Amino acid sequence: MQIDKNLVMYLEKLGRIELSEEQRTASEKDLQDILTYIDTLNELNTDGVEPASHSFPVANVMRQDCVTNTAQREAVLQNAPNEKDGCFVVPKTVE
Amino acid sequence: MEWEIVMGLEVHTELATETKIFCGCSTAFGGEPNTHVCEICSGLPGTLPLLNQRVVEFAVRTGLATNCEITRKNKFDRKNYFYPDLPKAYQISQLYLPICRNGFVEITDADGNPKKIGIHEIHMEEDAGKLIHDEFDDCTLVDYNRCGVPLLEIVSEPDFRSADEVLQYLEKLRAILQFTGVSDCKMQEGSLRADVNLSVRPKGQKEFGTRTEMKNLNSFRAIGRAIAYEANRQIELLEDGEKIVQETRRWDDNKGYSYAMRSKEDAQDYKYFPEPDLPPIEISEETIESIRSAMPELPEQKKRRYIDELGLPEYDTSILTSDKAYVSLFEETLALCGSPKDVANWIMGEVMKLLNDTATLPENMELSPKDLAAVIQMVKSNKINRGTGKTVLEKVFTEGVDPEKYVADNNLAQITDLSALRPVIEEVIAANEKSVTEYKSGKTQAIGYLMGQAMRALKGKAPAQEVQKLLHEILD
Amino acid sequence: MDIRKLSALELGAAIREKKITVREAAESYLAAIESTDGTYHCYNTVCKEAALARADEVQKGIDEGKYTSPLAGVPIGVKDNICTKGILTTCSSKILENFIPPYDATVVRRLHDAGMVMLGKLNMDEFAMGSTTETSATGVTHNPWNTQHVPGGSSGGAAAAVAADLAPVTLGSDTGGSIRQPASFCGVSGLKPTYGAVSRYGLVAYASSLDQIGPLGHDAKDCAALFSVIAGKDEKDGTSMETPKFDFDAATNGDMQGKKIGIPADYLGEGISPDVKAAIEAAAETYRSLGAEVEIFPMPIVKYAIPAYYIIACAEACSNLSRYDGIKYGYSSPNADNLMDTYIKSRSEGFGMEVKRRIMLGNFVLSSGYYDAYYNKALKAKKLIQESFFEAFRKYDMLLGPVAPTTAPKIGESLCDPLKMYLGDIYTVMINIAGVPSMALPCGFDNEGMPIGMQLIGKPFCEAEILSAAVGFQNATDFHKKSPKES
Ligand SMILES: [Mg+2]
Ligand SMILES: [Zn+2]
Repeated sequence: MQIDKNLVMYLEKLGRIELSEEQRTASEKDLQDILTYIDTLNELNTDGVEPASHSFPVANVMRQDCVTNTAQREAVLQNAPNEKDGCFVVPKTVE
Repeated sequence: MEWEIVMGLEVHTELATETKIFCGCSTAFGGEPNTHVCEICSGLPGTLPLLNQRVVEFAVRTGLATNCEITRKNKFDRKNYFYPDLPKAYQISQLYLPICRNGFVEITDADGNPKKIGIHEIHMEEDAGKLIHDEFDDCTLVDYNRCGVPLLEIVSEPDFRSADEVLQYLEKLRAILQFTGVSDCKMQEGSLRADVNLSVRPKGQKEFGTRTEMKNLNSFRAIGRAIAYEANRQIELLEDGEKIVQETRRWDDNKGYSYAMRSKEDAQDYKYFPEPDLPPIEISEETIESIRSAMPELPEQKKRRYIDELGLPEYDTSILTSDKAYVSLFEETLALCGSPKDVANWIMGEVMKLLNDTATLPENMELSPKDLAAVIQMVKSNKINRGTGKTVLEKVFTEGVDPEKYVADNNLAQITDLSALRPVIEEVIAANEKSVTEYKSGKTQAIGYLMGQAMRALKGKAPAQEVQKLLHEILD
Repeated sequence: MDIRKLSALELGAAIREKKITVREAAESYLAAIESTDGTYHCYNTVCKEAALARADEVQKGIDEGKYTSPLAGVPIGVKDNICTKGILTTCSSKILENFIPPYDATVVRRLHDAGMVMLGKLNMDEFAMGSTTETSATGVTHNPWNTQHVPGGSSGGAAAAVAADLAPVTLGSDTGGSIRQPASFCGVSGLKPTYGAVSRYGLVAYASSLDQIGPLGHDAKDCAALFSVIAGKDEKDGTSMETPKFDFDAATNGDMQGKKIGIPADYLGEGISPDVKAAIEAAAETYRSLGAEVEIFPMPIVKYAIPAYYIIACAEACSNLSRYDGIKYGYSSPNADNLMDTYIKSRSEGFGMEVKRRIMLGNFVLSSGYYDAYYNKALKAKKLIQESFFEAFRKYDMLLGPVAPTTAPKIGESLCDPLKMYLGDIYTVMINIAGVPSMALPCGFDNEGMPIGMQLIGKPFCEAEILSAAVGFQNATDFHKKSPKES
């Protein structure tokens, strides 16, 4: 897999981060090294292997449909950088 | 050129569970902002989701009611995107193995033939929060009360060819969701929402055209209008030799037009992957059977039963089963006063008229079966006549009066002592010599006028056939 | 009596026997932290007042018979990615620099229920991403054996605190080696439990399918005691599991007679330093002398572990870290004036470079067009890795190997080459992918006197078996009794 600056910038965008020009150049090289190494995984034959998303065979872990939470507005909002009328505040969203 | 419209629907319905899909917060509608919120549904670091088992049960019910296959081993995936209404920045949904697949709902096509609308899949997911635009401070406020309310997303095949088919399907689907107890389907509270994918193509062409997706359709009326608008827009563009842009459009029902929501450069990459915090769901044959056997009667089954067992005409049964509120009122009133056809007639006539006059949705109706049964019974037993019955029902409906008490307090009961009728009728005859002469000279229709005068004098409270009998007795 | 020279179990016993009060124990550690943590920087937050108040409460509870755990009254340090109600939980990241959780992690509640006294929150690599604790936004932790060296990571503070006697036991978390590798670099013992054995509720997620909380201490017995406090199914974590009742005596009897131990040949191959290799071979000899059979067997899947690990871990991480957006909690950039800016500036200013690198890598392997070639391929490799372990466990009771190819590097040597740093995880990440438990313990020193660690890898939910094997080794050796000279 060949990494270029455009791809790095696209990945920044997907992750909602922005690198400095210097970091971007360094990242291009680092990501290239890492992905080149990761590509060795292609040597592993995985034909017919079922992907394992979970470690152990547990299923159907569920809860009953009963209200257990009481109002926790204060707790939920206590770390908010900005609060108004019991709500989190964000810069205006445009539809 | 003749154009054909091709549509598919994504319907989101909020489930009628007590609690949210992954935490113990209440799903009650309304409430002060962020009061139905906890550390889990507000996405605090370190918290984990735990699946509400009723959501699975409701999904299976819906799948069975729409002829779907139930995916025996299904699991959740994360759909990743940034937006302030989504506190974890991912929605827990199902992409790779949705719980239901390959179903259908039957409607009637333009030629009156049955038509199956395919259901591609039904999956479980969580709702997002609400953004409130604060004009005063020029910012947006975020309320997570709806965040984590369970949703089913019901994805149809692109099988619709007209707005009428879409609306029929939605009516059917709504009835199914209501009858199975899965959702209350209140569109104005957002518990039933439909997105329409629409494209057009020259009639006869096999390939699909480029489609757009329309969002923010808050009523059946809006859906009908939005479809007409979008089909027209696309056809005009194509006829002018332009191309359709694949995009999401938002319908503005007040202004009667739609506009593109996102431009192409913001194209989303949702980076779906299996949700590691939730173990898979395995559904056994026994579970499916027990859900199937405990399933409430569906509209189609009710229709059949009303025709076969109650002897109602098919037309009546279609109307009665079109909304769960009608069915409940019908069945409970019937249990109190018998006479299926009478009850059906009152609901289809007076009740629906009152709903219409007061712009009330059936699900918000407050009329009790007991009161309706009382009115029907008073009419049937001649305590009041039909006209009075209508007046009383209106009072019950609009002011919540007790029907029996209202009749008594306003002295509306029919005159049951027949001897009291004769003097009144004699007075009417004495006062209308002209009509009496006409009648006696053979103009029998003149009796109708006398009848009317007599009923007016009796303030409508006498049994009509008795009045008529007396008139004949005196005149003949 | 020097309180800080006692093991956690010895200290617990002395408290029960009223030779030491809970307050004395806490005060002794708090004083040591005050005087020496300036050198090591094990702690991000020290909760002096809360710890002393709690100590008095616990003393009362012990006197009244409310707390009966062998660790009742024992102080403990907790890694700074485990949520503590009312106490800063920063993950050593600027983006959570001011985050005070309104709730306790399940493990913290269990420490509380056992009557343990929390001293503070321990330094780590930012969001547990790193192998040196150098990616911490609060500065590096120094290895107590030689402060020029890193303590390992990501639970560097948790391991160094035990080595420097700034806590008798600590809780760390291990996603790809983050308990075992710093334990190894700092000459202490640490257990990465089976995935699902300990609740993750309240552990700030790095890679959800790999993360596990576990104990660190001076020896395997202390780890066993702390493990039994925190283990067990939790209603709040759907991936936690009902585990066999933990039998402390069985887990600490140390009997190795007739046990079969396998050493993956691929754990002794290219890249391993001669000191480490020699120490592992010597450990194998020790086990033979204790009556175990030890043999080397091929496990060729080892070379695919790192690629699979970095794909899975970064994919989950980029999703788990998306919630840090400057809106609900944590750092919010003052320089933003629209929504997109709030996201980008808060995250760019709040996350360090290693975190950003993994976010980008995760976004890459999940993005449309690459999912099958990378993420799905890694999940298939995961399946094969799990099968390799199950196959090995048909022949062996447990596996033995080094924790890391080398001893602790010098501060500043690792971050300039991320790939090289990732390759150092070669012996640890596979265990997390397979979800099996692994116990790290000291087994020697290199020619500069830096500790060498080995790990014992067990069958799922057989923590007792590897703990017992570690106790057996520690009964026969004294590597775990050595401590660094106090600087
Ligand atoms: Mg959806
Ligand atoms: Zn909640």
